[in-house]
Amino acid sequence: MRAPLARLQQWAERRLPALTRYRRAEPLPIELHRRRIYIVPTGFGLGFGVLLLVMLVGALNYTNNAALLLTCLLGAASMTSMLLTFRALDGLSLATVRAGQAIAGQPLDLHLAFAAARARESIRVDLTGQSRAFHLAAGGEVELVFQLPTSRRGWLALPRMRVWSTWPLGLFRAWSWLYPEQSVLVWPQPEAKGPPPRLPESDAAERQLHRGEDLAALRDYRAGDPPRHVAWKASARHEGLLVKDFEQPRAHEEWRLDWRELGALDNEARIARLARWVGEAHAQRRRYGLWLPTQEIAADSGSDHYARCMSALALLP
Amino acid sequence: MNWRIHWRRRVEGPLLTPRSFDLTVLTMLMVLAVHAPHLPVWLSLGLGSVLALRWWQRRRAPGKTPAWLKLPLIALLTLAIVTTYGTVFGRAPGASLAVGLLVLKLLETETARDARVGIAFACFALMAALLFDQGLAATFGVALGLLPVLAALRSLEPAQAPTTLPRQLLPGLTLLAVSLPLTLFAFAVVPRLSTPLWGAPQDDQARTGLSNEMSPGDMTQLLVDDSPAMRVSFDTAPPPRNDLYFRAFVMWNYDGRSWRASTPYAKPEPVDATDRVSYAVTLLPNGQRVLPALGVPLAAPDGAVLRAGRVLARGKPVDDLLRYRLTSALHYRFGATLGPERAPALELPAGLNPRTLALGRQWRERFHGDPTAIAGAALALFHDGGFSYTLTPAPLGRDAMDDFLFSTREGFCEHYASAFTVLMRAAGVPARVVTGYQGGFWNRLGNYLLIRQSDAHAWSEVWMTGRGWVRVDPTAAVRPERVSLGAAATGGGERPWYQDAWLQGLRNRWDIVNRWWDKGVIGFDALRQRGLLTPFGVERTDNQTLAWLLAAGSMLFGGAGLAWAMARRNRIDPALAAFRRLERKLARAGVTRRRGEGPQHYLRRAARALPGQREALRVLMEQYLQLRYAGDEPADESLRDFRRKVRDFRTARVVQ
Repeated sequence: MRAPLARLQQWAERRLPALTRYRRAEPLPIELHRRRIYIVPTGFGLGFGVLLLVMLVGALNYTNNAALLLTCLLGAASMTSMLLTFRALDGLSLATVRAGQAIAGQPLDLHLAFAAARARESIRVDLTGQSRAFHLAAGGEVELVFQLPTSRRGWLALPRMRVWSTWPLGLFRAWSWLYPEQSVLVWPQPEAKGPPPRLPESDAAERQLHRGEDLAALRDYRAGDPPRHVAWKASARHEGLLVKDFEQPRAHEEWRLDWRELGALDNEARIARLARWVGEAHAQRRRYGLWLPTQEIAADSGSDHYARCMSALALLP
Repeated sequence: MNWRIHWRRRVEGPLLTPRSFDLTVLTMLMVLAVHAPHLPVWLSLGLGSVLALRWWQRRRAPGKTPAWLKLPLIALLTLAIVTTYGTVFGRAPGASLAVGLLVLKLLETETARDARVGIAFACFALMAALLFDQGLAATFGVALGLLPVLAALRSLEPAQAPTTLPRQLLPGLTLLAVSLPLTLFAFAVVPRLSTPLWGAPQDDQARTGLSNEMSPGDMTQLLVDDSPAMRVSFDTAPPPRNDLYFRAFVMWNYDGRSWRASTPYAKPEPVDATDRVSYAVTLLPNGQRVLPALGVPLAAPDGAVLRAGRVLARGKPVDDLLRYRLTSALHYRFGATLGPERAPALELPAGLNPRTLALGRQWRERFHGDPTAIAGAALALFHDGGFSYTLTPAPLGRDAMDDFLFSTREGFCEHYASAFTVLMRAAGVPARVVTGYQGGFWNRLGNYLLIRQSDAHAWSEVWMTGRGWVRVDPTAAVRPERVSLGAAATGGGERPWYQDAWLQGLRNRWDIVNRWWDKGVIGFDALRQRGLLTPFGVERTDNQTLAWLLAAGSMLFGGAGLAWAMARRNRIDPALAAFRRLERKLARAGVTRRRGEGPQHYLRRAARALPGQREALRVLMEQYLQLRYAGDEPADESLRDFRRKVRDFRTARVVQ
């Protein structure tokens, strides 16, 4: 039963692209209407039809009018249920699509909001092998979450999704393909391991420049500290000697991440390394800036800044 | 607990929700209920308890019933049916097996697929119940069974708003109600088969009703059976009650125990009728080959022939509702001369009933063979001889008539008719027993006579020189009410409570609905279908026309349904609607709203163009902006005010 149906579907998709999933992408919101809702009997519906036929022939053969009436009633109810199946989808709309953030290789959370003026029951949505079912109150909205698999950085077009229903009796199956004209941005995957960023601040000479300039802290005297570092005035008010500590490195130095410094690597490797550095900097709550051939992002910190940097990396050619 | 592990079997697919399972059980229960009247009691009870146990088990722990329990149950069911009926083929054993397997199918119903298969076959089983009884009540019972069917199918769909069980049954009712017009149309125009494709089922059920054999005491079951036997409507006023004798069988042969309707010759006796009554009979299926007729029928309807005793014989048994028209005589002279049938009309079994024969011979001598006087003596004996009317008489021995006449002296119409005829024959008067129906209930609302099986009656006909065959009802001598008031009046306290007179009256009046059902639905056959389009000037509607009609009608219904399904009920925002109206008014005055022009800009432009309405337009604009953008939900009053102002707005042209 299933294999010939699948073949028929394949044929229909090849021959009638407008009818099936090969329609062009369209902007949101997408409202389902009669031109794009298709309906066929389910396997159970076909079986039920054969059963009704047997009942009809039996009732006619035995000239049993009550049985004929019952058969007609069941048949008419089945036909009416077809209209109800159509109405289950008619007027339903995909209102918004909201994408989460994910780096390539990790699933991306996709929030689809469906809305309808009438109440709906038992609507199912298939997207990349996942299936969700929902019901809707009149005028309500429902949000479904799908995990979209990602493989590479950059814009990822939303896959076609199928909205379908066999409501109310499971005899007919109405479906419609949705192809929202919307893409989600997938961030580049950071390299697994590599050198830390080469920073001008990490030079010893650079650090010396700071000495004697600003006082970082006072600490207890340790043997070997030069006497000129002892803070006499402060020590006078204190039990032991206090030493001015100049050598302590700055807690979070600013990183200036630069595309140009990674000249030895190819594009993707550079992006992966920069992504790792951005990720590390974000994790250490460091201020960092990013220079890319396409744009320069001033030093900043926080998740918005992180998202901005990652998106810029994702969009590199 | 070893067995508990066995209950839980691995199953494929998502499990049925408890609600779906409950509805499936309810469906099976309905199937069982509509089949219960013709299933053996033990089978109904057994299957009912299997259903209850399965329901209880699945509530505790979902899981299939193990095969070691299921297979023996199936074997047991088959065995029980074979031992009860002797076969699994045929209507009753087939139905028992189908219902039994359906209930047992529930033992392994765990997934939606199982449930769908079970429910689909439940539909078939529901229809099969109508093969046994297609009366109004039975059909409604079966249609009621469709509610759990539809509710169960609905409940199998995932993700629904939660509801209660009764509310889940309701949409099915709506669906059926909406489908009713299409149902009735399809019912009317689906072409009927003029000949069955395969053999119609043999009626293997013992039907109660008159038979071509009668032995005293036989009719007891019949006389308490209140199912309708036939309905009669007269072209003129109905005849008086005392004339309502419907003859079905004329019985000649008496073997000492029973009377048989074997005809000694085929030619019907000539009738000299003094009046005529025309009427139509709707005969309910009884499996017999005889059509009951009032008084003496003057001609046979199509498909029947007149036989001796003016019995209407039919080639095929009456297995479906049958309508026929007849003309009968109520007052007549019938069989003025007696030919070779004199001998069988006098024949008595030798060596039986010696005392009865002796009494007959004694009367013959006393009255010198005068048949009127002899009959009078017999009736006087029944009237004054201490005879009583009862539906539960004492059993009779070998010399049945002797026992009845001289010792038990109790019985009902069969006993009296039989004894009377034997007495007449013994006295040398040709006589025969006639069985049929007498009386009935006159339904004033429907203007028809309802005759139930309990109106079955037996009487005698004696042949008198010059008068022919004369009807004598010896029961009337004992219990005159039987004839003047009907069968219901005679029973006394012997009838079951449900045949109480008041209730019976109610049932008789209610019968008009059954008659309408029988006439309109059950009796809508190929013949009636051919006359379907007579009101539209088409005399004979053949199958091709019907097929065209069916196609056209289906398109019409489909179109109407699609129009309903596709209608977009966009409830336009009332404030916007009022603004559009204002736009139209302004457009007539020459100020058309441009594409993409906001309401504020547009109305300012309009105010400039129509200085006479400047103030009114300013107010309208303010109100509209207030309505549209001030709050979430515009207040009703301001909305009403805005609409009124728009309605009253006039664009009086400014004279320039």
